[in-house]
Amino acid sequence: MKPFLSIEKLTQRFPDGQGGQLTVFEDATFGVEKGEFVVILGHSGCGKSTIMNILAGLADPTSGVVVMDGQEVRGPSLDRGVVFQNYSLLPWLSTLKNVTFGVAARHPEWTKAQVTEHAVKYLGMVGLEGDVIHRKPSQLSGGMRQRVSIARAFANHPKLLLLDEPFGALDALTRGTIQDELLKIWGGTEQTVFMITHDIDEAILLADRILLMTNGPFARVAESVEITIPRPRSRTEIVEHPNYYAIRNHLVQFLGRRSKELAGQQTGTGETNRPETVRIDKAVPTDDPEDRRPTLRAVTN
Amino acid sequence: MTNLSLNARAALLSVLILFVGLAVWELSIPAQQAVGELTEYEKLTGAGAPRAGVPPPSQVIVKAWEELSNPFYDAGPNDKGIGIQIGYSIYRVLTGYLLAALIAIPLGFLIGMSPVAYKALNPFIQVLRPISPLAWMPLALFIIQDSEASAIFVIFICSIWPMLLNTAFGVAGVRSDWVNVAKTHELSPLKTAFTVILPAAAPTIVTGMRISIGIAWLVIVAAEMLVGGTGIGYYVWNEWNNLDLTSVIFSILMIGIVGMLLDAMFGLLQRRVAYVE
Repeated sequence: MKPFLSIEKLTQRFPDGQGGQLTVFEDATFGVEKGEFVVILGHSGCGKSTIMNILAGLADPTSGVVVMDGQEVRGPSLDRGVVFQNYSLLPWLSTLKNVTFGVAARHPEWTKAQVTEHAVKYLGMVGLEGDVIHRKPSQLSGGMRQRVSIARAFANHPKLLLLDEPFGALDALTRGTIQDELLKIWGGTEQTVFMITHDIDEAILLADRILLMTNGPFARVAESVEITIPRPRSRTEIVEHPNYYAIRNHLVQFLGRRSKELAGQQTGTGETNRPETVRIDKAVPTDDPEDRRPTLRAVTN
Repeated sequence: MTNLSLNARAALLSVLILFVGLAVWELSIPAQQAVGELTEYEKLTGAGAPRAGVPPPSQVIVKAWEELSNPFYDAGPNDKGIGIQIGYSIYRVLTGYLLAALIAIPLGFLIGMSPVAYKALNPFIQVLRPISPLAWMPLALFIIQDSEASAIFVIFICSIWPMLLNTAFGVAGVRSDWVNVAKTHELSPLKTAFTVILPAAAPTIVTGMRISIGIAWLVIVAAEMLVGGTGIGYYVWNEWNNLDLTSVIFSILMIGIVGMLLDAMFGLLQRRVAYVE
């Protein structure tokens, strides 16, 4: 049985400008289950954004396919919503209009009042209410802009939500608040999310599973780390969890050392570069059924 | 004085400059020599007639009052009110200008969207653009065989280039992020053009339109001097032939005021379509 989103032998090569070819990644193969929150972590230049663009349908891979819900991904679609790092709000439209723009595209049969009501509801979910929604994006702070962008994406109920370093341009405090809001809004839905980040703590807080990429060229998704910390999570509580530092150390070691060591290892064409599943669980099982409640979905690759 | 706003102080200074300027102009005009006793011969040679000179502002103001209090009279081909003359000029400018906009904006859109079209058409645009619009006049008169239409053609050809280039430039410069937003929302190409690319490029396009209307108003005066018949340009030339310098100065002022109003209209439009990133 194929996972909900299946990335199969994805290869991306670009001309390197000297007549040769630069292989960004080769035969990358992994899956994402429905309702899963997957974060991809790796150094710049390993091709994370390229994978994201392929999933969004904004770029074509050199070879390989992406299958979502039994259908091959070809070109952009409303089924795959994107939150871009630079917010990508249309600056001539008000905050509300930026969201209704998306809602109206998703539901062309809705009346104007329905579209507005839906947009206002989702803006409210990210804490934007009242007068603020009639302001232009230029009159909002970076954090508020990214909230609008998140509201626009969630309001459309895409089958897959792609977040391309959504908090990369924000300061640490704002970043924290919006991560909480993202968790809150995501918790209410069964939204499948695929997200890129550079930030290890952010990845642990948000993800069900973290995909680790080696450095490019010939980057590959080397490991799939399960986050064995129960939900709902909060930033102050997860650091107390016995698994937190174990997972964090593993990630730091990978990004600091092993991503380099593993870099450039060609596995030979034809072979699928499936990530190795890593499960770190130091939590001592207790008799308390609350603790034993399975909060993680089983991951089968 | 210090508690006045910046605008109020600037306005005061403007009025001061105006009055000083007018006073200097008024005083620098030598008074007409009083006509004394003339011999029969002097009278016959016209020595007693007032000499033609640059009129003082007081005369221009009197003339302006006279003309503006009845701007739409029509007393034959060589004697029409200033309102009618300006009306003809505006009609020609707007006709040529709108025709140019109808072609330049859609064509500029296509050129901006397609790098191939941009490169292919660029040499033609670069050669045609620096041609003085009046240089087209003989050709236009020969082909169109109608002076009225030729004047409109000259306006058309001079206002097309800034609009064409600015539209192409604005459309080509639309940020790919915004186009990606349109793509991920599955907007049709037509819808993308109207809801994303047009508003994104609008400030640049309107700047081109504003430059064009300015050039068109500059050119219409010269074109009407050549074509004749009606219009503010013809009026200036006709009054020069009549040696009526008061009317010439008055009409120069009117050309400036109408040009300023046309520009201000596009300034308003520019403010409406402007956005901050």
